Amino acid sequence: MSDASPADERVKDISRFRKALIRPELGGMVGTVAVFTFFLLFAFDSGMFNAQGIMNWSVVSAQFVIIAVGACLLMIAGEFDLSVGSMIGFAGMMIAIFGVTLEWPMWSAIMITFVICITFGALNGYIVVRTGLPSFIVTLATLFILRGFTIFIPQTLERKTIIGGIRDVAEGDWLAPVFGGKILGGLFTWMGDAGIIGVFERGTREGQPVVDGIPMLIVWAFALIIFGHILLTRTRFGNWIFASGGDADAARNSGVPVNKVKILMFMFTACCATIFATCQVMEFGSAGADRGLLKEFEAIIAVVIGGALLTGGYGSVIGAALGALIFGVVQQGLFFAGVESSLFRVFLGVILLFAVILNTYIRRIITGER
Amino acid sequence: MSDPIIQMKNIEKHFGSVIALAGVSVDVFAGECHCLLGDNGAGKSTFIKTMSGVHKPTAGEIIFEGQPMDFADPRDAIAAGIATVHQHLAMIPLMSVSRNFFMGNEPTKKVAGFNFFDHEHANTVTMQEMRAMGINLRGPDQAVGTLSGGERQTVAIARAVHFGAKVLILDEPTSALGVRQTANVLATIDRVRKQGIAVVFITHNVRHAMAVGDRFTVLNRGQTLGTAARGEITPEELQDMMAGGQEMATLEGSLGGTV
Ligand SMILES: Nc1ncnc2c1ncn2[C@@H]1O[C@H](COP(=O)(O)OP(=O)(O)O)[C@@H](O)[C@H]1O
Ligand SMILES: [Mg+2]
Repeated sequence: MSDASPADERVKDISRFRKALIRPELGGMVGTVAVFTFFLLFAFDSGMFNAQGIMNWSVVSAQFVIIAVGACLLMIAGEFDLSVGSMIGFAGMMIAIFGVTLEWPMWSAIMITFVICITFGALNGYIVVRTGLPSFIVTLATLFILRGFTIFIPQTLERKTIIGGIRDVAEGDWLAPVFGGKILGGLFTWMGDAGIIGVFERGTREGQPVVDGIPMLIVWAFALIIFGHILLTRTRFGNWIFASGGDADAARNSGVPVNKVKILMFMFTACCATIFATCQVMEFGSAGADRGLLKEFEAIIAVVIGGALLTGGYGSVIGAALGALIFGVVQQGLFFAGVESSLFRVFLGVILLFAVILNTYIRRIITGER
Repeated sequence: MSDPIIQMKNIEKHFGSVIALAGVSVDVFAGECHCLLGDNGAGKSTFIKTMSGVHKPTAGEIIFEGQPMDFADPRDAIAAGIATVHQHLAMIPLMSVSRNFFMGNEPTKKVAGFNFFDHEHANTVTMQEMRAMGINLRGPDQAVGTLSGGERQTVAIARAVHFGAKVLILDEPTSALGVRQTANVLATIDRVRKQGIAVVFITHNVRHAMAVGDRFTVLNRGQTLGTAARGEITPEELQDMMAGGQEMATLEGSLGGTV
C-alpha cells in the first residue's frame, strides 16, 4: 500500500485550535498568562515584582509544585491521596522527634522519616489495590490516623505539640542543607553589589542582598517537575501510568503490572509530601502538629487546574506545575495587592469549577464521545 | 493435521458457589479459525480467560505446544504467544493509538544509560500496521476514543499479530458492530488465519461463525457438546445447540423460523 492512501472522507480534519485544546497543559498556560497579566497591570507597584516579591511567590508556588507533582502522577494512575496534608505534618514531627527528642544525627532522622513515610504510602497503595476500595476512603482513614499520631506522639513524649530547636541540631549536618540550604549565594551577592537587586540599607545585614540565594525548596520543585515529566512522557513506565488510570482492567489484560504502578505512585506521593515537610521544618526550625492542613486539596486543585482528569488516565506534570504556579501567584498576589485574603478561597472555588468543566469538555473532544 | 497448538482438557472454573465451567475440553490448531459459540452467560469469556492467564482454572489442564502450562498472569500467556482481544476491555480510549498499540510492550532505546520510550519507532510501526489494515489515522497520536468500534477491534488484532501471537483469541469482536464493520473484522480474521495463526473466535452469531469458521464448539451452561468441523453441521443445528435444543425448537416454531 502506498503512503498516499486517500484520507477517509469521514475523518473530519480537526482544526489547529481544537488540536491545541487537547493538550492537557493548555488551560494551565492560558491561566498563567492571564494571572501574570492581571498582576502586572494591577499590582506592579506593590513590590510583588521586585527581587523579594518574586522570591516570595516563587517559594509559595514551589511548595505547591512539590506536592502537585506527586498528586498529578497518582491522579493520572487513577487514584487520590487525601493523606498528603497529614503526611506533611507527620513527617515534620518525625524529624523533630528523632532529631531533637531522641537526639539522632539530623541526617539519620531525615532518612528514617523518609523510610517511615514512604512505607505509609506503600501501605495506602497496598490496601487500595488489595481491597479494591476507592482510594478516597482508604486515604481518608490515613488522613485521620496520621494526624492523630502527629498530635499524640509529641504530647506523650514532650507534653507539647510544637517541637523547636531543629536548626540548632541541624547545624553542620551534611543532609539538612539539601532541604534547608540555599544555592547561588555568590551570584546574588554579586547582583546586590552590581545594583541589579536591592541590598539592606541598615541593620546587621547592611550591604547584603535582600535575596541571598535560591532556596533548595525551589531546586526540589524543578527537579521533581523534570523527573515527573520525563517519567510520564518518555518512559515505558509512563505509558503504564496512563494505562493504569485510563482503564485498569484493559491495562492488566495487556500485561501492564497495574498494582505495582499504583503502589509505586502512592509511595512517590508520600515521598513528595516528605520532601515538602523536610524543607519546611528546616526553614521554620520547628515541627508543629497542625502543619500541612488542607494541603491534599490544594495539591489536587493545582493538578486539576493543570488539565488532569479526576477520573484518571489523562494529565500532565507541566500542567500541574503551572496550576501550582497560578495558585502561588494568586495567593501571594492578592496579599501584595492588599485584597482581603478570604477572597482567595472564592477565587479557588471558581477556578476549580471552571477547570473541571473545561476538562470534561476536552475529554469529550479527545474521546469523540458526545 | 499436526498436533494442536493448544489443548484445553476438562477445564473447570468455579466462582464461589457459581460453577461457570464444568469441564470443557477444546483443542485448537495453527491456521484454523475455531469458533466458540454460546448464549450469554454460557461461560465463553470465562473459558478464554483461563486460556489467556486472567483466571486460574479450578481444575483441568492446559497444554500449549505440547507442554503443560500454568499461567500466573496475562503477561505469561502473552509471552508464550497467546494474545487476547477482550470483549469490553481491549483499548484505552484516552490514550493515543500508538500508546495503545504498544501498551505493555513499549519499545525502548537507551539514552545516556537510561531506557526511554522510543516514540519514533512506536509511531512509525503504528502508522504502517494501521495502513496495512486499511485504517487511515490522522496521526499516531490520535486517541483511540475517536475510532469506530470496528477500527478499535482491528487495532487490537493488528497489535496481537504484530507481537507474534501464535494463538489469537477474539471475544465477541463483532457483537457491537454494524454490517460493514463486521465484514471488515471477519475479513481481518480470515487474513490472520491464513498467516498460520490459530484464531479462537467467540460469538453468539451463527452467521458470523459460519462466515469464517473451520471448526465449531458450542458452550452451554458451562458445558460443551463437542466440536464439529465445517460441513459436518448446519447453522440450524448450531443455533439449536446454543439454546439447549428443545426450548429453542419450540420457540422457533412459534416465531415461524425467523430467529
Ligand atoms: N468474576 C466472576 N465472578 C463471579 N461470577 C462470574 C465471574 N465471571 C463470570 N461469572 C459468571 O460465570 C458465568 C459465565 O459468564 P461469562 O463467561 O462471562 O459468559 P459469556 O461470555 O458466555 O456470556 C456467568 O453466570 C457469570 O455470571
Ligand atoms: Mg462474554
